[in-house]
Amino acid sequence: MVDSPATIDLRADFAASGLADDLAQLDHDLVGLAPVKRRIREITALLLVDRARATLGLKSQPPTLHMSFTGNPGTGKTTVALRMAGILHKLGYVRRGHLVSVTRDDLVGQYIGHTAPKTKDVLKKAMGGVLFIDEAYYLYRPENERDYGQEAIEILLQVMENQRDDLVVILAGYADRMDTFFSSNPGFRSRIAHHIDFPDYADGELVTIADSILTGLGYRLSAAARTALGDYVARRRGQPHFANARSIRNALDRARLRQAVRLFERDEGAVSAEALSTIEAEDIRASRVFDADKSL
Amino acid sequence: MRITQGTFSFLPDLTDDQITAQVQYCLDHGWAVNIEFTDDPHPRNTYWEMWGIPLFDVPDAAGVMLALAECRKAQGGTQYIRLSAFDSSYGWESLRLSFITDRPAEEPGFALERQERAGRQIAYTTRAYSAQKPEGERYRG
Repeated sequence: MVDSPATIDLRADFAASGLADDLAQLDHDLVGLAPVKRRIREITALLLVDRARATLGLKSQPPTLHMSFTGNPGTGKTTVALRMAGILHKLGYVRRGHLVSVTRDDLVGQYIGHTAPKTKDVLKKAMGGVLFIDEAYYLYRPENERDYGQEAIEILLQVMENQRDDLVVILAGYADRMDTFFSSNPGFRSRIAHHIDFPDYADGELVTIADSILTGLGYRLSAAARTALGDYVARRRGQPHFANARSIRNALDRARLRQAVRLFERDEGAVSAEALSTIEAEDIRASRVFDADKSL
Repeated sequence: MRITQGTFSFLPDLTDDQITAQVQYCLDHGWAVNIEFTDDPHPRNTYWEMWGIPLFDVPDAAGVMLALAECRKAQGGTQYIRLSAFDSSYGWESLRLSFITDRPAEEPGFALERQERAGRQIAYTTRAYSAQKPEGERYRG
């Protein structure tokens, strides 16, 4: 029998896990989302301490790590879930670290007896990794009492309870509808240890996100365009169907379209690399979002 | 009489942890694991019943063990259950590894029949005692 060591250097352990890089990367890649990052750090610390306890021979029971991500559209729920799978894998909590992303139609069948095999199939694929159920509230449809969603929920609950060390389940959805979902399925709420709320992005954060999206595509904003984008974000927020970072991505796609047309229709033939990769203010100000002012 | 066949026929029955480790070995090599069961233990019986379709796209052994647990719940104690791993890297599924995980509580064994033929030749046949009963009733006790 090997004697357990008397002390453990948590910092060395942390450094050895290679997680410092991951968390720094997370901080760098994800703009804002302070509460989410804090919770990820807490979970990391808990798992490291738990591992240290196990090494020292203290009692340690793997914690429940099922999570629910609630927040408005485009606040980064899926992105964080993907990262979460990687982090939990590095911590040794899940064995494979792959993410299986499903929605209602991957779990619920069309006929009687069709749902259980379908749900079990998905669960088998997700074993050893993270199962991410997007828009989880669709699983439960109270208006139809013959809906098969309830069957999928029961199988999920059973596996979430019995095979906690094989599978981490992350539910995601809009806050208000998830609340209704949880209140009609109390079993779900109590089996999920971490309810993480994703806040909306501030205007400045959205511009930073736009910068990083454009850098990834090899574009950049001119100074005037950045100001225009700030205006755009402020206006767009007041309009219906605002989806945070997703709206920004779409706006940038349209701005690139307008930039292409502007360059194409210009008189002189030669364009520089500089011109090809710069989004100007006019590309953004041409957006429909600014139309409201003009008509007033 | 304890039937043995397949990759680990010379070993005692594998424990669940050992099965998990073997399955993970198969999955890490990209082989698809298949669960089969039968109540006809004759060594030349290659046509076992399939428990669902082979488990393609399952990265972790826990997924296979989940399916094995379901199969045991339905067939355990009255049937032989085996796992086979198929390698598709040549463009067709070829068997790489196969072992028995479960067996009925009691295995009555085989009768050896000798058929005397012309010129004092003898042809041998093995016949499982359990297979004398109709299919599905062989290990009901």
